[in-house]
Amino acid sequence: MSAPTTQAPTLAPAPRGGISGSIRDSLVVGKRNLIRMTRIPEMVIFGLIQPIMFVVLFTYVFGGSINIPGAPEGSAAAYKEFLMAGIFAQTVTFATAGAGAGIADDMHKGLIDRFRSLPMARGAVLTGRTLADLVQTAVTLAVLALVALLVGWRTHENIGKVLAGFGLLLLLGYAFTWIGALIGLSVRTPEAATSGGLIWLFPLTFISNAFVPVNGMPTFLQHVAEWNPFSATVAAARELFGNTIDGVPKSVTGAWPMEHPILASVIWSVLIIVVFRTLAVRKYRNATA
Amino acid sequence: MPGAIYAEGLVKNFGDVRALDGVDLDVPEGTVLGLLGPNGAGKTTSVRVLTTLLQADSGYAEVAGIDVAKHPNEVRRSIGLSGQFAAVDEYLTGRENLQMVGQLYQMPKAAAKQRAGELLEQFNLADAADRPAKTYSGGMRRRLDLAAALIVKPPVMFMDEPTTGLDPRNRQALWEVIQDLVKGGTTLLLTTQYLEEADHLAHDICVIDHGRVIARGTADQLKAQTGGERVEVVVHQRDQIESARDVLAVLGKGEVAVDDHTRKLTVPVLGGAKLLADVIRDLDERGVEIDDIGLRRPTLDDVFISLTGHEAEVSEPEDEAAAAAAAGKKETAK
Repeated sequence: MSAPTTQAPTLAPAPRGGISGSIRDSLVVGKRNLIRMTRIPEMVIFGLIQPIMFVVLFTYVFGGSINIPGAPEGSAAAYKEFLMAGIFAQTVTFATAGAGAGIADDMHKGLIDRFRSLPMARGAVLTGRTLADLVQTAVTLAVLALVALLVGWRTHENIGKVLAGFGLLLLLGYAFTWIGALIGLSVRTPEAATSGGLIWLFPLTFISNAFVPVNGMPTFLQHVAEWNPFSATVAAARELFGNTIDGVPKSVTGAWPMEHPILASVIWSVLIIVVFRTLAVRKYRNATA
Repeated sequence: MPGAIYAEGLVKNFGDVRALDGVDLDVPEGTVLGLLGPNGAGKTTSVRVLTTLLQADSGYAEVAGIDVAKHPNEVRRSIGLSGQFAAVDEYLTGRENLQMVGQLYQMPKAAAKQRAGELLEQFNLADAADRPAKTYSGGMRRRLDLAAALIVKPPVMFMDEPTTGLDPRNRQALWEVIQDLVKGGTTLLLTTQYLEEADHLAHDICVIDHGRVIARGTADQLKAQTGGERVEVVVHQRDQIESARDVLAVLGKGEVAVDDHTRKLTVPVLGGAKLLADVIRDLDERGVEIDDIGLRRPTLDDVFISLTGHEAEVSEPEDEAAAAAAAGKKETAK
């Protein structure tokens, strides 16, 4: 260490404040998280393996045995196409457990004290993190779509609608990341964030229209499944991909989100972002490393 | 006029643990305050309150003239913080770490980049600048952490045990950086368990124990409070102790303490070096052979022991964090 040239102290520039300052700080933190991902590529790779296994296993193990009422008898193609939107949606939500674990890990390092002592936007540490996770989810989804095409999945709508379907899936994933963030901030260890971040996702994704039509469920579960925010995005993506099955009604209980899945998907996701981002940012500000 | 760092009656509880019990501080601009105390005394909690990481339960604090509780973000513009743990992202390179912190201090990207380069040079990290920080040694991480705290040349700096875990060479180097900062007009609050460090760097010292400031003043004032200079003599032969005692009794200003086992005699004195010469001459005249002789001033260790009743122990710095965790994270921060 050489003695520095003596310099008069200066104030840091005034924070910009407002939305533009918040976006700028979030992007700086987001860049940090993206750099980390490139330095720990195994995390991204493991994040890819699980959904790919799901696509392959569901297609070849269940695909031959599950008959969708109304679809041509014994048609594996119908189930395969029906299934993909569900697997995509499940993948984007399961990624949230990793986000929570990452935040829990960060919170126990000195770096958080550094961030909290800087004149930066309040929510930027979390927003930057969720934006980086969104990029990772997008990469995962792109790879998954390729694998799905390889095992025979096809879309039957124009490219704009198909992309809109992926857009809604990413929006859902981004919304759920904020739930993961809140869990990550509420637990003491990254391990707890991983398991705590996954447990609730099983009932959420299975009591839905993701893997089987809700027709066969008990009436009580039909209501739950059709009001499940997760189902709205699955139904919307299915519609935008052209993967709906003619014989299957949009809704069996007449639930509004199932009648208007695209709008419902947007509303649910935005609502989740607003509520859970507010809670997570408050929790972050009150936490200590 | 209150100083660049000012606190009045800060109280902070973690559950049943009273971490701060009415701390008052006043650090004039451009000076260094050494905050000294045993583990769990409230040093780190004080720093966390003043750097806006924790909100005090009661009391008032301002940094650079800004109310810490009311305008935390304004305070953050004026401060640099270097904590007990190197607060760097280990997967980012040294350069990326510094650039990120610079940008989050709201520097334009190009300026942050340039400043990062300067600091890497200055802290001898240029060769390792583009390696992930996880490949750095402990001393390198500390230097990177300190560089991050200095990126905007803040007028007020907080360093929480900055040299804990550093080897003597790196500690010396860090002291030079700190002295240079202060020369440039920076106000510094430094916590340390190394009394030597406070003696070396701080203009004023506050000794804190059980969340209260129990003594304050310059190092010299605190030492004078504990007692003045002493002459210590170690004689060569045990049978010469009596002769030496006679000499010291005449020249000294108090009772002569004798340790037969180590053949060491100690007496309070006035008159410093001149008197020491007299002692040596008289001992020589009486044919007393000396193994060792010296004029000893009280160290801050002596001050510490007399004030707190125990020595400044150096052990793991996690006590306060552990206490906070045990208290169920009830504290709220701004």
